[in-house]
Amino acid sequence: MSIWFHNARLIDPEAGTDRIGTLLVREGVIAERDGPCPEGAEAVDAQGKCLAPGIVDLGVQVGEPGGQHKESLRTAGLAAAAGGVTTIIMRPDTDPAIDTPEVLEYVTRRAKARTPVNIRAMAALTRGRDGREMAEIGLLLDAGAVAFGDGDRVLRDTKVLGRAMTYAKGLGALIVGHPQDTGLSQGACATSGKFASLKGLPGVSPMAERMGLDRDLGLVEMTGARYHADQITCARALPPLERAKNNGLDVTAGISIHHLTLNEFDVGDYRTFFKFTPPLRSEDDRRAVVEALREGLIDIICSMHTPQDEESKRLPFEEAAPGAVGLETLLPAAMRLHHSEGLGLPALWRALALNPAQRLGLEAGRLSVGAPADLVLFDPDTPFVLDRFKLRSKSKNTPFDEARMEGRVIASFVGGKRVYPEQAHDA
Amino acid sequence: MTFTQTHLLGIEPLHPAEITAILDLSEDYVALNRSAEKHAEVLAGMTQINMFFEASTRTQASFELAGKRLGADVMSMAMAQSSLKKGETLIDTALTLNAMHPDLLVVRHSSSGAVNLLAEKVNCAVLNAGDGRHEHPTQALLDALTIRRKKGRLHRLTVAICGDIAHSRVARSNLILLGKMENRVRLVGPPTLMPAQAAAFGVEVFDDMRAGLEGADVVMMLRLQRERMDGGFVPSEREYFQRFGLDAEKLAYAKEDAIVMHPGPMNRGIEIDGAIADDINRSVIQEQVEMGVAVRMACMDLLAQNLRKTRERARLREVNHA
Repeated sequence: MSIWFHNARLIDPEAGTDRIGTLLVREGVIAERDGPCPEGAEAVDAQGKCLAPGIVDLGVQVGEPGGQHKESLRTAGLAAAAGGVTTIIMRPDTDPAIDTPEVLEYVTRRAKARTPVNIRAMAALTRGRDGREMAEIGLLLDAGAVAFGDGDRVLRDTKVLGRAMTYAKGLGALIVGHPQDTGLSQGACATSGKFASLKGLPGVSPMAERMGLDRDLGLVEMTGARYHADQITCARALPPLERAKNNGLDVTAGISIHHLTLNEFDVGDYRTFFKFTPPLRSEDDRRAVVEALREGLIDIICSMHTPQDEESKRLPFEEAAPGAVGLETLLPAAMRLHHSEGLGLPALWRALALNPAQRLGLEAGRLSVGAPADLVLFDPDTPFVLDRFKLRSKSKNTPFDEARMEGRVIASFVGGKRVYPEQAHDA
Repeated sequence: MTFTQTHLLGIEPLHPAEITAILDLSEDYVALNRSAEKHAEVLAGMTQINMFFEASTRTQASFELAGKRLGADVMSMAMAQSSLKKGETLIDTALTLNAMHPDLLVVRHSSSGAVNLLAEKVNCAVLNAGDGRHEHPTQALLDALTIRRKKGRLHRLTVAICGDIAHSRVARSNLILLGKMENRVRLVGPPTLMPAQAAAFGVEVFDDMRAGLEGADVVMMLRLQRERMDGGFVPSEREYFQRFGLDAEKLAYAKEDAIVMHPGPMNRGIEIDGAIADDINRSVIQEQVEMGVAVRMACMDLLAQNLRKTRERARLREVNHA
């Protein structure tokens, strides 16, 4: 079964191009670019809309196991397909944590049966994400783990982290850190500043992120490990990141779409859907990280998809659980960076697809011949008002409820097979 | 009608004219409270529930008395020992009480914004009696009334707020109110007890108390929680008293007729010298307590008037539909 897309705006992050062309999908891979329609292929007129590699979302919390009431592999998969995310990288913060090959295998097996998109997993770096003993990094790698980290739990013991990095380095495993000085950030639920002070919310200085990053980078320099900072969200953390990259350390950085498109004032009257870890930053910080993304200093955009049920959010701000769902809103929110901040689509897709795939050693994220046909067809301009109750995620905690957005997914393909909208015979 | 609020969640949403309206009405209640009768009927038939999720003696007593003097049926619930301990959420507790048709809910909670959250879920007037480090509006209003009575005005005054600003909802509400009424506000205290970017509030910040009190018309002291004195925020009680405790020597830097205020309860010998607190020529601490009852009566009266109007409008709409 072949599909021939024509009249499509091909967004190629590798080549950095954005132009009309044709693309042929055969046997699950991209077989030809700008060629004629072969006999027997299904011709799809893209009507000038964008065709790009599917998003590779690094750091998605799926409720399974342990939190199926908030999200399941099935609902996360549906949400991903509808959002143009063709590869989900699960976070290990499940219950139990993904810290043994058995749990990893269980999750992978269930994911295959229940989700239309690719699911890969980040495994815990330490057992139970407790920060004391190393997880079985070698066995987990063999079982398919693509990276190692303890989620948003900071590994406090530098000796344990240093050893884990040394050990991971030998295996070539990627470590994902959550840069934060926990001494400073303890008890905080907002970024310190005028807004937090006025609202009476305990704040943490962005310096805590820079100090956490400094520490991690020191250990990277010491051990030579491959390191990815999950979220760099403030101006203060950018100089050490730049220095580390210039010094040739094997370091990359990510950021959630929320920290790129929202700021601390969005919390407004204690709206808990805007509570994140780390907390939303000042507008100055937001603009600084958008610039860092433009320059390529920040490599990867992710959704930091964190489903929370109503009970976890309908609490006073300090007590409410942090995080937001993002699989379905990642693309339209990223379009804000395109429409309002002037980021080109190929550059955006480097951060959304190519960079995360390359960092994790995956074939996806490209529009080149031979790459897997994980694709998203979308219209970057369709305006709509988001209704959170229409999201496919089991949890509806999005900060974009009732927000005016632009950019809608028309169809998603995984391995050449359409996964969104769902085909009639799938139902 | 100048007062248009349906709740009193903080000073921040109030217009200066609304603040003046509350204070003007409070004056009537000061007179009533000093009379022999001490009773009005403006809240007759209404139910007031006090929900204090955080222990309080004086504020709760003041609200209780205010409601009773206005003829309301008053119930006080010590929430600290109640169902919340059994795992019921704040929202569920609010909905349960809401089902009993209260007209006025007075709420204190240890989390900033908790009272706002609760106000969204009930259909009666909600008064914030202090939420976390956020606001304590009736305290700021009673302070304003005390200042206005003592100084003859509530504008163009220099007010020094001293002590633990960072953790104080009283400071938060007072600096907002005094700013709205066009006063010069100074915050005085050690940098560890100053909120981040305090200067962005349009106030002057001092860590030298003598400089901060220089020429002040009003000296407002705040309570310092004991647990913050053991080296966490300040090195010790005696060092704090020496640098930031109000004594005669430091008070001499303020204007000769400056008044001294404290929201209570006081730590004598820590933030304030007992002799100053008891000096009837300078200290207005007892008067603050008296104004507290009057101000709370005025707030509840105004909110009840608006509540009646809202309900009347709703009733008329129903009649018209029928």
